[in-house]
Amino acid sequence: MARPLPFKIAVVSTVLFFVCTSYVYCNNGRRVGDVMDTEFSGFSVPLEHSFEVDEIAKFRVRGALVLKAGREPSVSLTQSQLSEEDRTKLKEVAAVDGLYRIRVPRVFLQADRQTERQMEGYLTSFVRACAMVESHLSDVISLHTDVSGYVIGVSIVTFPGACRGTEVEDEVDLEVFNTTLSIMPPVNAPGPDTALFVERMEQETEKKGKNPQEQKSFFAKYWYLILGGAIFLMVTNSAQPPAGGGREQS
Amino acid sequence: MEKLILLCLKCILLCSIVEAVFEDQVGKFDWRQQYVGKVRFAHFDTHMQSSKKVLLATENNVFASLNTRTGELLWRHVDMTGPEGNIDALLQYGQDAVLMVGNGRQLRSWDINVGGLNWEIVLDSGSFQSACLVGQQDFVKHVAVLKKTVISLHYLSNGHQKWVENLPESETVDYQAVYSGGNGEVYALGVVPHSHIAIVAYSLEDGEIIKQISVEAPWLSNIQASCAVIGQGMLTCVDSAAGSLYTLDLHEQSQMTQIPLQSLGLEVTPGFQPVLVSTQPNPARPPLSEFFLQLGPEHHLLLQLSDGQIVTLRDFKPAMLVAFATPGEKTVAAVMSPKNKTACSLNLFSAESGRRLLDTTLIFNLDPNGGKPEKLHVQAFLKKDDSVGYRVMVQTEDHMLTFIQQPGRVMWTRDEALSDVVTMEMVDLPLTGTQAELEGEFGKKADGLLSMLLKRLSSQVILLQAWIAHLWKMFYDARKPRSQVKNDVTIETLSRDEFNLQKMMVMVTASGKLFGIDSKTGSIVWRHYLDNIPSNAAFKLMVQRTTAHFPHPPQCTLLIKDKDTGLATLHVFNPIFGRKSHVTPPALPQPILQSLMLPLMDQDYAKVLLLVDDQYKVSAFPSTKNVLQQLQEMASSIFFYLVDSNQGRLSGYRLRTDLSTELIWEVVMPTEVQKIVSIKGKRPNEHVHSQGRVMGDRSVLYKYLNPNLLAVVTESTDLHQERSFIGILLIDGVTGRIIHEAVQRRTRGPVHVVHSENWVVYEYWSTKSRRNEFSVIELYEGMELYNSTVFSSLDRPHAPQVLQQSYIFPSSISAMEATLTEKGITSRHLLVGLPSGGILSLPKMFLDPRRPEIVTEQSREENLIPYAPELLIRTEWFINYNQTVSRVRGIYTAPSGLESTCLVVAYGLDIYQTRVYPSKQFDVLKDDYDYMLISSVLFALFFATMISKRLAEVKLLNRAWR
Repeated sequence: MARPLPFKIAVVSTVLFFVCTSYVYCNNGRRVGDVMDTEFSGFSVPLEHSFEVDEIAKFRVRGALVLKAGREPSVSLTQSQLSEEDRTKLKEVAAVDGLYRIRVPRVFLQADRQTERQMEGYLTSFVRACAMVESHLSDVISLHTDVSGYVIGVSIVTFPGACRGTEVEDEVDLEVFNTTLSIMPPVNAPGPDTALFVERMEQETEKKGKNPQEQKSFFAKYWYLILGGAIFLMVTNSAQPPAGGGREQS
Repeated sequence: MEKLILLCLKCILLCSIVEAVFEDQVGKFDWRQQYVGKVRFAHFDTHMQSSKKVLLATENNVFASLNTRTGELLWRHVDMTGPEGNIDALLQYGQDAVLMVGNGRQLRSWDINVGGLNWEIVLDSGSFQSACLVGQQDFVKHVAVLKKTVISLHYLSNGHQKWVENLPESETVDYQAVYSGGNGEVYALGVVPHSHIAIVAYSLEDGEIIKQISVEAPWLSNIQASCAVIGQGMLTCVDSAAGSLYTLDLHEQSQMTQIPLQSLGLEVTPGFQPVLVSTQPNPARPPLSEFFLQLGPEHHLLLQLSDGQIVTLRDFKPAMLVAFATPGEKTVAAVMSPKNKTACSLNLFSAESGRRLLDTTLIFNLDPNGGKPEKLHVQAFLKKDDSVGYRVMVQTEDHMLTFIQQPGRVMWTRDEALSDVVTMEMVDLPLTGTQAELEGEFGKKADGLLSMLLKRLSSQVILLQAWIAHLWKMFYDARKPRSQVKNDVTIETLSRDEFNLQKMMVMVTASGKLFGIDSKTGSIVWRHYLDNIPSNAAFKLMVQRTTAHFPHPPQCTLLIKDKDTGLATLHVFNPIFGRKSHVTPPALPQPILQSLMLPLMDQDYAKVLLLVDDQYKVSAFPSTKNVLQQLQEMASSIFFYLVDSNQGRLSGYRLRTDLSTELIWEVVMPTEVQKIVSIKGKRPNEHVHSQGRVMGDRSVLYKYLNPNLLAVVTESTDLHQERSFIGILLIDGVTGRIIHEAVQRRTRGPVHVVHSENWVVYEYWSTKSRRNEFSVIELYEGMELYNSTVFSSLDRPHAPQVLQQSYIFPSSISAMEATLTEKGITSRHLLVGLPSGGILSLPKMFLDPRRPEIVTEQSREENLIPYAPELLIRTEWFINYNQTVSRVRGIYTAPSGLESTCLVVAYGLDIYQTRVYPSKQFDVLKDDYDYMLISSVLFALFFATMISKRLAEVKLLNRAWR
C-alpha cells in the first residue's frame, strides 16, 4: 500500500500543476485580439534626475524609458549626454557629499490604454553623487514590479559603489551615461517540495528491494537476539523467588 | 514506511539535541502565572455556608473559580476569543452556574464544585438580550432566555427546551428584559423608544400568552439602563430629564404612576444618568421592595417602595459604590464611602431599615499607583452568634481584584491587567552597592595619583566590610532551620547575580498599568497605573539608559499614542523602581509618525530618542545642547523610513542639520493589488558571531549581514483562494533598494515573521494544500566579501544570493520569536507559540535552505540535514512541558550573561518565564561535576612530580659521585 500512494500524489500534483499553470496562462485578463498591439507597442516615460548643492530637489529630464508592456515586459533607455554645466555641478555636489537622485513616474505595465498606464506620483531613489562621479556615470537601474505589473520601486547603484575620493580629471568621463537597465518581476517562492522527496523515497525502497538481505522482516533478522533475551528474562525471573523466600524464613 | 522511520532516526541522530527538563528541574528556572482578565460578572458561592469559592466571568471570555482564601484559581475554562466566546450572562443557582455564550449561541451549565460541564445546548444564533432564572414555589427549575424575536424556557437540570415562543410585534418593539417573580408567569419587557413599553406575560407551563399590555412612556428609550423590577412586580423607572420616578404594577395597572423626585426632596446631579439597583435574593420569590437610587457619582439613596409610596430609608452622601448581599434571611447593603485621600471605608446597613450594623466597618486603602474602585462584590455570612460578617472583593479601574476581610486586612490581590500585556522589555538589575562603588571608581576621570590611590584603598575597605558582613550573615543563617531563611524579593535586595540571569521584566498592559516583575520568581516588584490612557492606545517601550551607567539611574520611556488622532505622550520612568523620572518629557503637540532610538548618547549616557511629527520635523529627547550638536554632526548619516499602509507607501528620509528632513526614496505598492501587513527589522542588540559558513570543501560562504534590512510582508487584496498570495520584500531601509521580492502564490495570512542575522523565516497558510507552511529565506554575499571591514548600505552594489526553501508545519501558530544570546555564538532556535498552549523550541538548523535534496559527501561534512518536506513537532522540544500557556500573543527573548542561556517570556492570557539553552549548557559545569576527583588527581600529580624531582636529584647526585 505504501508504494502506490506517493506515486498517486505525485501524479495528482503534477496534473494539478499543469492545470493550474494553464489556468493562470489563460487568465491574464485580456482578450486575445488585443495581444498584438499591446505586446509590441512600447510607451515611454521620462527618467528624471536631480543633483543640487542645496539639497532641494529639482528634477530634470535625463532620458526616456521605453517600456514594452506584456507578459514579459522589457525596457530600454535613450538618454542624452550631460552638459558642461551639469558636469561641473555634479562634481560640486560630489564634493559636498550630496545626493544624486532619480525618479520615474508610477507605471502600470499591463494596462491596455495609455491613460491607465501612468498613475499619480513618482518612485524615487538615490546614490551618493561622489559614487556617480567616481564610477564615471556607470550605473545600474532596476525597476521592480509586483505580480500584476505595477512598477513599485526603482533602485540605482553604481559600479564601483565606493567613494574613495579619487579625482576625476577627464571631463570626457562624465559625459556619457553607461547605464544597465532591467525590470525585476517578483520571484515565485517555492513551496514544500513533496514530489521529489517521495520520488527519492521510492528509489531507495526499490534499491532495498533488490537486496534480499534487507528484505527480511525484523523478526527474521533478529530472532536469535529476541530468543536469547527471552530466555535470559525467564532465567532471571525463575531465579528470584527462592531468594525472596529465603529472606522471609530468616 | 520503514525507510521513513529510518530517515527520521537519522535526522534525530544528526542533531541529537536533548532539551527536555528533568523532573527535579521543574519550576526551578521557570514560572507560570495564570490570569482570567477583566471581571464582568462575579458571584460568590452562597449555597453552602463554608464555601470558599467565587465565580468569575470575564471580558476575555474566561469562566473561572477562585479560592477566596488565597486568590488562587480553582479551575478555569478559556473559551474562544472574539464574539464567538463572549460571555453574555452568568446565572447561579445552587451548585449550577448557567452561562450564555456567544451572543446567545450556546447555553451551558457548569458544576461549580469541580468546574465540570453539566450540559450544553446550542440555540439559534440571534441577538441575545437577557436571561433570568425562573422559579415556582421556592424551587428554581427553569431558565428563561430572551432574544430579539423569541423567548425560550429551558430546564435547569438538563437544558432541554420546555417551550419557545415568538415575541409579538418584534419588528417594532425592542425587547430588552425578562423577569419572573415566582408566580408562574414570565414577563418579557420591551420598549418602543420614546413611545411606549410593551409587556408580555407568558405562562410558565406552556408558554401561552396570558396577557399583553402596552403602557405609554414617551420618555423611555432603554429599559435595562433606567428600569428595575422592585417588590411585588413593580416596574420602576427613572427619568433624568423630568427628574422623576415612574412605577408600574405589572399585574394590574396599565398606567404609570409618576413620583417626582422633588416630592421626596431629592435632586439629580446635573449631567448624570440616575441608576436603579434592586436585588432579588431568591429567583423563586419577588425582588425586595428596597432598592438603591444613584443620583450622582458619589450620591446614593436607599429607598423603599411600599403601597405605591416611596420612602427614603437612608441618604448616603458621599458614597461611591453600593452592593446588596443576602446571608440567610435578611438582606444587607454594603456602602463604600471615601474616608480620606488614601482610604475608603465600607459599612453594612440593614436593607429593611437602613440602620447601620454594629462593628461592620472595613477600611480599604487605595493604592497610590492603582486605579479608583469600580465595582464592589460582597460576600456576607452569618457568624455563630447570628450577626452578619462580610468580606468584599473590590474591582478597581486597573482591573485589579482586592479581597478584604474585616477590619481591613487584604487577604489577596490579583493583577488581572497582566492578562493583556502589550509590550515588554527586560532590564538588567543594578549592581550591589559595593559593585557600584568599584564601577564608580573606574567610571570617574582620573585626577592625580594620590587621590586615585586613596579612592582605591577606600573602595577596598568597603569591599572588605561587605565581605565580612556577608560571612556573618552566612554564619547567622546557617544556624537557623532552612525553612525560615526566606528570600523575599524587595527593591533593596534586588541586585544583579553572577551571570545576569535575573532581570527586571517591565510589562506594559493594555489597561495602562505598568508592572515591574522579578524574572526569577515572578513576583511583582512595582506597579504603576497611568490614568487617561485612550482606549485604542498603541504603546512603544524603549530603554534609554541601561543600569550600566552608575550613578545615573536607568531610564525607560514609554510612548503612548492615540491610534485615531496620532497624538502621543511620553512617560519616563525608572524601570527598577517604577518611579516616574524627574526628567520632564517634551510636550508633543503634533501627531507623531515615527520614533527611533539612536545609538548616540548624551553626556548623561541616555540614548537619544528622535520623534518625527506629521510635518516631518524631528524633535529629540533629551534635547540638550550636547545632543543637538552631535545630531548636527551625524545628521547626514541618520536615515529613517515611514510606512503608510493605507496608501501602500514606504518612504525614506534623511535628517538635515537643522532637524528638518528630506525625502530620499519612495516605494509605492498599489493598494488595489496588495496591502502591507507587517514590517520587521532586526533587533538592535543582536550580535552575529560568525561572518560566514564553512562549506564542505573548506571554502567560506559569507553571510549578507545588512543591519538596515527590512522584511516587508504584504497580503493580496483579492482573497479568492486561487488568486490570493503573500509577498515578501526585503528592502534596504537606508537606500530603499529592493534587495529581493518574492511572492508565495495561493497562500494567505496571518503571516508570522522572524527576521534575524541573514535570514527571514515566515509562516503562512497555504490555500492550495490547506496546511500551514514555513518558509525560510537566507541571504549570502557569496564566496568573497565586498568590504569586510564595515558594512554600508550606500556602498553594496552587488545584490546578495538568495536561497529559499519551504516546509510543511503540522500546526498553526500564534506567536514566533528567535532566541537571542550575548555574543551570538550559540546556535539559534525559533520559539513557536502554538494555539494548543505549547511553546516549541524549533532548531533553526531544520529551517535551512541549504538542506540538500540528495545527500553528498560535502553536505554530510557540513552537517546539513537532508531535506524533508515536513517539520515534525517533537514533544521534547516543548520548553514548557505541561505548563500550558493560554492564548500566547507574544514571545520575548533576552540574552543573559551566560552565552549558552537565553531568557524567554511568553505572554498572552498567562505569563510564562523560562530559560532555554539552544546549544546545551556548554559553558556551565554540570551539577554532578566531580570536583573531588579532579582535585585529587591534580594533587596526586603535583606530589608525584615533587617526589620524582627529588628522586631524580638524588639519582643525579649519586651518578656524580661515581
